[in-house]
Amino acid sequence: MSTAAAQMARRRVLSGELAGFMYRVAGVVLVCVGLSLATDAFLTVSNLLNVLRQASLIFLVASGVTLVVLTAGLDLSVGANVGLSACLAAAAIKSGAVELGIVTGLASGTGIGLLNGLMVTRLRVPPFIATYGMLWVVHGITYWYMDGQTIYDFPERFRALGSGYLLGVPIPVYLMTACLAAGGVFTRYTIWGHQIYAIGANPEAARLSGVPVRMRLNLVYTLSGAMAGLASIVYLARLNSAEADIGEPLMLPAIAAILIGGTSLFGGIGSLSGTLVGAILLTLVLNGMNLLTVGANWQPLVTGVIVLLAVWIDVATRRRAGG
Amino acid sequence: MTPKSLLARATAVPGVAYLLVALIVAFSILGPGFASAPNLRNIGVQSSILLLLALPMTFIIMSEGLDLSMGAVLGLAGVTLASLLAGGVALAPAAVAASGVGLVFGVINGLLVVRLGIPPFVSTLGTLGVAQGAALVATDGQSVVGIGPTLPSLYASAWMGLPFSVLVAVAVYLIFHAVLYKTRFGTYVFAIGGNRESLTLAGVHTDLYHIGIYALGGLMAGVAALLLTGRMNAGHPTAALGMEFDAIAAVIVGGTSFERGNGWLPGTLLGVLTVGVLRNGLNVVAVSSSLQVASIGALVIVALVIDSVRTSWRERT
Repeated sequence: MSTAAAQMARRRVLSGELAGFMYRVAGVVLVCVGLSLATDAFLTVSNLLNVLRQASLIFLVASGVTLVVLTAGLDLSVGANVGLSACLAAAAIKSGAVELGIVTGLASGTGIGLLNGLMVTRLRVPPFIATYGMLWVVHGITYWYMDGQTIYDFPERFRALGSGYLLGVPIPVYLMTACLAAGGVFTRYTIWGHQIYAIGANPEAARLSGVPVRMRLNLVYTLSGAMAGLASIVYLARLNSAEADIGEPLMLPAIAAILIGGTSLFGGIGSLSGTLVGAILLTLVLNGMNLLTVGANWQPLVTGVIVLLAVWIDVATRRRAGG
Repeated sequence: MTPKSLLARATAVPGVAYLLVALIVAFSILGPGFASAPNLRNIGVQSSILLLLALPMTFIIMSEGLDLSMGAVLGLAGVTLASLLAGGVALAPAAVAASGVGLVFGVINGLLVVRLGIPPFVSTLGTLGVAQGAALVATDGQSVVGIGPTLPSLYASAWMGLPFSVLVAVAVYLIFHAVLYKTRFGTYVFAIGGNRESLTLAGVHTDLYHIGIYALGGLMAGVAALLLTGRMNAGHPTAALGMEFDAIAAVIVGGTSFERGNGWLPGTLLGVLTVGVLRNGLNVVAVSSSLQVASIGALVIVALVIDSVRTSWRERT
């Protein structure tokens, strides 16, 4: 009896989640139709591939943060993290080998993420304060390290990571697909993934049922940092130059993509595939603005409004569901 | 007097006081020019804008909230002020308009947080984007210059040797102190963070006061735009981005807590001075401004560690 009820409840939740996902896909289609009508430049293969490439970059940054948001936390430091990791990687490539640069970027990103995790779990600093403080610490170190310089012009085989193609598809799209697949399996089919959802839904209940909450929190913040490190490599390879402010425009879009994708800020609800759809939807809007020659100065305004709308929908849905 | 009570007394002094004294001593030794009268005056001037932001930020953090949009709103208000002045509008109406811009954003923040129930750090992150974007669009990313002599000369004026900005900061501090400790609104500020539910059950229009706290934050960002624009002799859309971080750091270093509705306004004053002394002292010993930002982050962590150590000491005794 109770299992039947639980099954029904589970099916209802699943169908609700599926409906939300389909609404978002419909949103993507609508924006696409609108943009194709508005401008001829939109519906071309090269532009659509460009959108996908841009969306995969936002997804790489946002996917790690999605795990953090699933635990009802937040990582505001990812933009700054991408900045420092990209600059360190650039310097390492210049001083030696491409491989050294990649390792440096990944290590720097992961290290910053681990520090975030330790602040949250050991010093018990609220996540948004810990990662917000980290944002400015990393920002300061980056500007000090770069000292107004630009590092540019990397070897061709490194640049391929960001701007190359394989079978006609941009290489970042492959990276995105791989991360989505690995992350999807991790969150849906492993115990650790389920524990992450459990922590977000109810940390006290998770702790009492034996979830090592601190270790899992450390893990998600470290993963968030590692993904920022990976994104920094791809971003650097694509731009072919590094300046201190390289990562700054990424934080707001990453958070917007997560919220559009239906991951709840209150934890426990959401998915990486949702974040991907969110990243694509956001990129389409920004790409459309670009094609319709709306200036880049409008981007923070539009992204800010999108964040507010998305989180408002999240809050309103929860309230209606009696959450 | 037993050693135990001596320890208890030492731990009763807030950590920020130790930090401030330690920093002053350290910089006086390291930097020869640090303890000079002109430099101390300089610290006062530099801290005044920060104080204007940190005071309402204390209220906001006491209410278990946060305002990440203050720097961006300050920038937008400054651009508004500078544009109006450059267009020949008199100082008084221009200043009212700038404060109005701040107030509107503050009220929007309050409505998003209180009426819609959006977590404060996300709602103010959204309004950060909106305010920054609006300032960039309005100015096309350029500085607004040619604001005329009225505001800069007012900023440069002094009374009994005290610079204008310091006078403003002192006046605003006294007002905030009186509001927090002598008025009903102040009592409600404590109660909203401490026990919002029972305040509402007692028949208080909690939402109204809660929105008022955020409105105050926006308003003060608008007022701070007056000082910043006077100091820079121009309005720049991105000049104040990140200033909210200094304000949040000052409040946390000053001992106001995110969790229990515990706030201490003199602590915020000490916190602002600590951040000001740190920035100025690092300047005197020629540390670059970008590393200053990083060290303020480190300062926050040190303050948090000191407070957690003090708490565990107190629990032991």
